[in-house]
Amino acid sequence: MKNLSELGLIRDKKKDYVNLRIEDKAEAKASVGESKVRAHVLVCGGTGCTSSGSQKIIHEFENQIAANGIAEEVKVIKTGCFGLCALGPIVVVYPEGAFYSMVKVEDVEEIVKEHLVGGRVVKHLLYDETVENDSIKSLNEVNFYKKQRRIALRNCGVINPEDIEEYIAIDGYQALGKVLTSMTPEQVIEEVKESGLRGRGGAGFSTGMKWMFTARASGENGKYVCCNADEGDPGAFMDRSILEGDPHAIIEAMAIAAYAVGADQGYIYIRAEYPIAVKRLQIAIDQAKEYGLLGSNIFGTDFSFNLDIRLGAGAFVCGEETALMTSIEGHRGEPRPRPPFPANKGLWQKPTLLNNVETYANITQIINNGAEWFKSIGTEKSKGTKVFALGGKIKNTGLVEIPMGTTLREIVEEIGGGIPNNKKFKAAQTGGPSGGCIPASLIDIEIDYDSLIQIGSMMGSGGLIVMDEDTCMVDIAKFFLEFTVDESCGKCTPCRVGTKRMLEILDRITKGKGTLEDLDRLETLADGIKSSALCGLGQTAPNPVLSTLRYFRDEYVAHVVDKKCPAGVCKDLLSYKIDVGKCKGCGICAKNCPVGAISGQVKNPYHIDPAVCVKCGVCMSKCPFKAISNK
Amino acid sequence: MSEKTGVAFSETKEQAQKLIEVIEKHKNENGALIPVLHEAQEIYGYLPIEVQQKIAEGLGVTMAEIYGVVTFYTQFSVNPKGKYKIGVCLGTACYVKGSGNILDKIKEKLGIDVDECTPDGKFSIDATRCIGACGLAPVMTVNDDVYGRLVPEDIDGILEKYM
Amino acid sequence: MEMVNIKINGEAISVPGDYTILQAARQAGIDIPTLCYLKGVNEIGACRMCLVEVKGARGLVTACVYPVNEGMEVFTNTEKVRIARKTVLELTLSNHERKCLTCPRNQNCELQRLADELNVTDIAFEGEISKHEIDDMSPSIVRDNNKCILCRRCISTCKKIQTVGVIDAQGRGFATKIGCTFDKSLNDTDCVMCGQCIAACPVGALYEKDSTKAVWAALADETKHVVVQTAPAVRVALGEEFGMPIGTRVTGKMATALKKLGFDKVFDTDFAADLTIMEEGTELIGRIKEGGKFPMITSCSPGWVKFCEHNFPDLLDNLSTAKSPHEMYGAIIKSYYAEKEGIDPKDIFVVSVMPCTAKKFESQREELKGTGYPDVDAVLTTRELAKMIKEARLDFVKLPDSGFDNPFGEAATGAGVIFGATGGVMEAALRTVSEVLTGKSCDEIEYKAVRGIEGIKEATVTIGDLDVKVAVAHGLGNARALLEKVRSGEADYHFIEIMACPGGCVTGGGQPIQSAKVKAEIDLKAARAKAIYDEDRSLPIRKSHENPFIKMLYDEFLGEPCGHKSHKLLHTHYVKRDKY
Repeated sequence: MKNLSELGLIRDKKKDYVNLRIEDKAEAKASVGESKVRAHVLVCGGTGCTSSGSQKIIHEFENQIAANGIAEEVKVIKTGCFGLCALGPIVVVYPEGAFYSMVKVEDVEEIVKEHLVGGRVVKHLLYDETVENDSIKSLNEVNFYKKQRRIALRNCGVINPEDIEEYIAIDGYQALGKVLTSMTPEQVIEEVKESGLRGRGGAGFSTGMKWMFTARASGENGKYVCCNADEGDPGAFMDRSILEGDPHAIIEAMAIAAYAVGADQGYIYIRAEYPIAVKRLQIAIDQAKEYGLLGSNIFGTDFSFNLDIRLGAGAFVCGEETALMTSIEGHRGEPRPRPPFPANKGLWQKPTLLNNVETYANITQIINNGAEWFKSIGTEKSKGTKVFALGGKIKNTGLVEIPMGTTLREIVEEIGGGIPNNKKFKAAQTGGPSGGCIPASLIDIEIDYDSLIQIGSMMGSGGLIVMDEDTCMVDIAKFFLEFTVDESCGKCTPCRVGTKRMLEILDRITKGKGTLEDLDRLETLADGIKSSALCGLGQTAPNPVLSTLRYFRDEYVAHVVDKKCPAGVCKDLLSYKIDVGKCKGCGICAKNCPVGAISGQVKNPYHIDPAVCVKCGVCMSKCPFKAISNK
Repeated sequence: MSEKTGVAFSETKEQAQKLIEVIEKHKNENGALIPVLHEAQEIYGYLPIEVQQKIAEGLGVTMAEIYGVVTFYTQFSVNPKGKYKIGVCLGTACYVKGSGNILDKIKEKLGIDVDECTPDGKFSIDATRCIGACGLAPVMTVNDDVYGRLVPEDIDGILEKYM
Repeated sequence: MEMVNIKINGEAISVPGDYTILQAARQAGIDIPTLCYLKGVNEIGACRMCLVEVKGARGLVTACVYPVNEGMEVFTNTEKVRIARKTVLELTLSNHERKCLTCPRNQNCELQRLADELNVTDIAFEGEISKHEIDDMSPSIVRDNNKCILCRRCISTCKKIQTVGVIDAQGRGFATKIGCTFDKSLNDTDCVMCGQCIAACPVGALYEKDSTKAVWAALADETKHVVVQTAPAVRVALGEEFGMPIGTRVTGKMATALKKLGFDKVFDTDFAADLTIMEEGTELIGRIKEGGKFPMITSCSPGWVKFCEHNFPDLLDNLSTAKSPHEMYGAIIKSYYAEKEGIDPKDIFVVSVMPCTAKKFESQREELKGTGYPDVDAVLTTRELAKMIKEARLDFVKLPDSGFDNPFGEAATGAGVIFGATGGVMEAALRTVSEVLTGKSCDEIEYKAVRGIEGIKEATVTIGDLDVKVAVAHGLGNARALLEKVRSGEADYHFIEIMACPGGCVTGGGQPIQSAKVKAEIDLKAARAKAIYDEDRSLPIRKSHENPFIKMLYDEFLGEPCGHKSHKLLHTHYVKRDKY
């Protein structure tokens, strides 16, 4: 490809084809242009749905469609993630936008026969929320999607990520074209700065400023742009989904960034645990090279840019920018002190720009739609949207993108569909091992960078784990600390030894061996580590402990003083008892007990021998009368 | 002081040739070590001292540094893995939904601990970080097969398939 | 360098713009504690001892790596800083085997000193302490990870300065440790035993393999004739172990102390250095006259020899075949001296006091048993000698001076003495070779071009009508760089001197250990070398071939340099060693 008009030709050729499946453009084009295609079957090929067998469903669709002789008219497209992972595998049929959830291979035949051949939507297989009074609601009206605003995720679940022309059809690479042919690097940086975009990977530093610093650094021997796709926060997977569903958006944004800061080589550092994302990214890079969108003299300009993938190898700390660069250089991924900042001395001591995937995913939209548009979304100091990975004790686990300023209540109750099993919302954890807990009392908080910091949590990369009354907050703090201890690189003392000491204290507490002095010790250590650790991982490692201590101190005290775990999680503090009033003497518990700790006579209340009981909890889960408690 | 690998190292000609090619391909790249280790582990399944020596020689990196890198990243292993690699996700979403119990059950069933391999070389267990299938939590994998929405009682049936 | 104005604790100072906060503070006379920091070697901000507050900065910053900038305001002594430093120190101590009373670094430990200076009276965060096997299989170096605090000074020294890199960090998090590949012993790697890691270690995690017990036992054994020899570098550093200023010459006190310890004879390795010059110089002249292999490279540094065997086996023929001085001496003692004194060589126990740990390894080499017995039976480091002197309750500082024992002369030559500093062997050789080749006595004997602490020194020396191109490298990183040039044909030297340790023997791995703080202020290499050159200047004879006892030895016993007997007793050969 040599110029913008060639890009335009590809776009125009493919545009109508893709429009068939874009909600607001899908004024049911029964037959589009010259092609005979009248329907698209979109099957989610994200990691979640792939794990639940979507690949087999694609094959089955292809077979059935061929068998019914409609292969010319109906196309099966493997897309990225739709977001509603809880209901996977997901299949969406356009132009109707019929949203089939938890599809099984056996269901495919019916969908093909009834819907694709017969033209009748198979209502009993639809996601129940999309059916109202016998008619199908648009997805945008469904609770899960209604309050979302998809900017970073805009193409996920819409296009085939392995086909560059589909990306081009929806204005892909237009932003790069615009930047290279009509904007100076300074103008690009100004636009990004003006948009108010802040880093989506952690601390929320101004993206435009970062670009500016890197642009200003002298780079006679070259500069680099890097993409941080080392998404390590357990429970966060938006970066993976973006790369799986819309890899070209990242490639295009990195090229724009490279132009703005004056770099000609880029690296995407991605976890090796994301094989699908790696594969699609590689395909996308190869296609971009083939189309002349990477390489030398892009769009016939002086600008050249190459992009390579570097695989992580299982170290959370490599998400920290200096560690990431040390790892790309081929070493142990240990952070180094700043200054010097990467903008001045990064990879191989050269100026380096590093942004994370989600940050880059906003760039083309800012260029195409302008900073003003982007600024209109969000709160005063946090512009745009944020993607959250919703998980834990919540109905609609999955990926959601919300405007900054959306309340936690909206996310949990509306988008998330509430807590399953009629349990009570207890807290939400954001920011993963660097973040903290938001207690139920703060559920109306409007989420943005600053509000989260204020309450002792942080945005982090956007994991949002919901916890109910059965979650023990001490145990959760311990879980995160175990993670940090495991992932500490071992370079600096406070993190290497300090987090370990904190974990030892928490372990004592969950085993009923803690003292009130231990709580003070925890706080002293936490403060010390926060102010003295070398990198962001260490400095934020105490946050889960500090925030649970802040909001759930009672629970700690219960463990320490009463030797009880109110949530019934910490095994050493549990004692299983049968409520003689409720027990009907059915004997199911005794039958299921793996160690024979339960005895009794049928129709009389049973008894658990605490000396034998291993606290596995099987009896409690099997008791039909809820007669067994453990608290 | 003993070397950690108990199993004697052996390699095929093809493996040796492939490693030479991999080293040759990356040799002049900046930061070649980690890509080479990834590919070497692809070839051999693990990274025994014999393989690390070849890499040290080929890339001009010290053995101590390679070993330091290999032991830093959890994906690299100096021990052979089982024919069936079981991974239990201990990401937050899975943990909150009880993946700890799933792991305990598997350990009990196979009589080995995390990072260990059964004596017959069939199974090894890894506690993995989030594999991104949070919608299916809790999740385990056996090689490329993914099992989701698990309860401990499912484990027997799943492992049976590979016995 | 442009100056910048900063304030430390409210006090305005002006410092060069490339300074760190630590440098600036030290210039202002304000002390900041450090542990992992080793100037020019290890500047990684890992231990977090040097935390200070900087106005406007997020959290505390590490002074050792944080650059100053105009208008910066630093506070080194606030409540926050004190508490943070103490917490960090307590955490470090909480995973340290605190057996200070029986530690080889007792009273010379940077961690111990900090615990005292920071007023640590209790460790609030006790917990699991890492347990490690001690690696004592190397003849030179013991690694005890139970004492290690993971400052990584040893790693940087081994990897960056020496480019040997046999130890590195492995594992991660709390399980991080320093070790060799696959947990091997140092003895099973290409470690060159130079002991620079020991000199870098702030605590007792690295120390020499003990020889004091063997030496005490020999001294106590009535059937043994125990002879001791001391290397030139020992006399300019030993005093430091007794609180004397760096660079104090204690040759006479040392000789007295050795006699009081009960050695039957106290010899000076300087004599053997002169002997080395005779042999090596003759070898060089031979190569020049007969067109031998060039460049010829010195072989008196056993760390360097082992390095060459592992890394440059193709250059082994370039090494001089001359043994290192103390080994030559051992061979002469067990042959000529034994014969002369009528002692059965099997009853002679030769002890070498060396600034070096690699000499311990060297003394065990199979090739160095030309008399049928090991040339040298035990090697003590300077530190070990100091320990023995203390153990014997000698008040070293007050000891009177005395000379060395005959029959090899009570005083050394200047040429022998300067072996202790980088460039010294080269200079000593040039003093002799130039006179032998020209047959004329030279007045100008100080070859300044090969002196000094620059890593690689080059010179062209005109001897008669011959331009002799020489080079000197000290520190194995420099040696490697120089040899790569030789290997590629880029350099065409006649003669190269290489010392494994940066600075040469005066800063060898067996020398008294000075703290990082002292080393940041005083360049030990220069300070101790100055004492060496002072000693040289103080001696009446400064050329090896003018040493009357050397003449005597050749007349009475050896015949001629590089002759038959010399080859049997004073020359050796080398072996290619695996690198992996």
